[in-house]
Amino acid sequence: MKPAGSIVFFTTASGAGYGMLFWLGLLSASGALPAALWYGLTAIAIAAVLITAGLLSSTAHLGNPQRAWRALSQWRSSWLSREGVAAVLTYIPAAALAASWLIDPRPAGLPALLAAVLAIITVYCTAMIYASLKPIRQWNNAWVAPFYLLAALFSGAICLAAITGFANPAAAATLATIALLSGLAAAAVKLLYWRHIDTTTGASTVASATGLGHLGTVRSFEAPHSEENYLLKEMGFRIARKHAAKLRAYALLIAFAAPLAILVAVLAGAVPVTVLPVAALCALAGMLLERWLFFAEATHTVVLFYGRQA
Amino acid sequence: MTSLPTPQPGAKKLGLVIDLDTCVGCHACAVNCKEWNASGVSAPLTDSNAYHADPHGVWFNRVHTYEAGEGQSSRTVHFPRSCLHCETPACVTVCPTGASYKRAEDGIVLVNADACIGCQLCAWACPYGAREFDADDGVMKKCTLCVDRIYNENLPESERVPACVSTCPASARHFGDFNDPASAVSRLVLERGGYDLMPEMGYQPTNKYLPPRKPAAPQAAVPQAETGATSSLLRWLDRALSR
Repeated sequence: MKPAGSIVFFTTASGAGYGMLFWLGLLSASGALPAALWYGLTAIAIAAVLITAGLLSSTAHLGNPQRAWRALSQWRSSWLSREGVAAVLTYIPAAALAASWLIDPRPAGLPALLAAVLAIITVYCTAMIYASLKPIRQWNNAWVAPFYLLAALFSGAICLAAITGFANPAAAATLATIALLSGLAAAAVKLLYWRHIDTTTGASTVASATGLGHLGTVRSFEAPHSEENYLLKEMGFRIARKHAAKLRAYALLIAFAAPLAILVAVLAGAVPVTVLPVAALCALAGMLLERWLFFAEATHTVVLFYGRQA
Repeated sequence: MTSLPTPQPGAKKLGLVIDLDTCVGCHACAVNCKEWNASGVSAPLTDSNAYHADPHGVWFNRVHTYEAGEGQSSRTVHFPRSCLHCETPACVTVCPTGASYKRAEDGIVLVNADACIGCQLCAWACPYGAREFDADDGVMKKCTLCVDRIYNENLPESERVPACVSTCPASARHFGDFNDPASAVSRLVLERGGYDLMPEMGYQPTNKYLPPRKPAAPQAAVPQAETGATSSLLRWLDRALSR
């Protein structure tokens, strides 16, 4: 599948933003976060910027972005529509949470809880857009949704830890621990995901696509067109698979190994908490590469008709 | 509404039967489809760089050619591919806007170009590559089963079939109602073992493909001419008398 830059950025940035919002909502009541107005407003503003920049970026993928509002209508059947609805709804408790910070430096109650729940639902809907597509076996499996959720929790926690470091080092250490644990879980699920897509094959073959398997091995003799068409450009992307092993190693290193090492160093007291923004930026950059690979490594059954593997 | 319609009693199930035994791979169906639809309800079907390097355009119908089997028993099979108007099409249910829909009255899967946002999710959801994005209009386009021909009372009744069917010189394409057990398409499927493409995907395609017939039994080897026969007339006589 062709990795569209707008969608790669959207799922990474919005994922981190919703992850931040989740931890803000969940932890604001528990007293684990610094009780300071500037901190609360800065944190929720950064989460909102990440979320909104991602959502705006996703509309760049549309052929008619001015009609994007129509995407809120079909939530009964479409995960993309559900994601849109959940994304819009999340703004309401997020705004209420920001407002309640003005009144109480330790806001709790319904807005905080609702913001956390809706943020996680939105990320789940994003994951299900991909996980529900049967023709793409690298997406249509049980590892996709858990990874999207853990990636959001990890990138959200590490971003929030970075901001918290400037307000309260003890609270930052709590968030760094959360980021460390969710990062380890996300990396483990990503490794299991890669093992899954490497050791399974698709249910469909050129034999079942053409129904000619009973005649023997089916080979594409002549394609319908001499140039790459929309289908092959959009769904026959091949560049990444050649370098998959190297790119996976880079993604693991930048998204997980390096930021987790910084987290451990911070928690051990070897480096100051003000180094945490470096870890957060590193994790986000690595997550962009991971998300690019998620698209680039995916294959679609339509290429079977062209005699390629899917 | 992108939820699928509930089946209505007496509703039609319109679709195509494609005969892989008689298809000669001439691409006339693809060309006539392009011609009709470039000026019909889905018009224009964008062509960019049509006369230069890297031409690019929207087509609803593509003809592949495959080889199957080995050696003398191998077959060359021409294979037209277009929208199968599935009974459970995920291209419809994934649509976030309601632009994609399946008609309750005849099962045709269509796109309302005025409501399509061009997110291309339907193209990802279709295992068969039936949908192509029109970059000029920013909307998704697909086979309409020539909905603007089959009900068109301005056309003579004999022409109220999809453009691909009307043009096929080998009569390899048949159009009809699969819900009518007496229709030509239903009988063809029954008699010739019509089958679904990628049934494991669970989309329940309406269109059916007829497999190539078994080849005739190989003929007995033609007797070799005597080595002394040098002229072609003598060789022919030798062979004819040897039978």
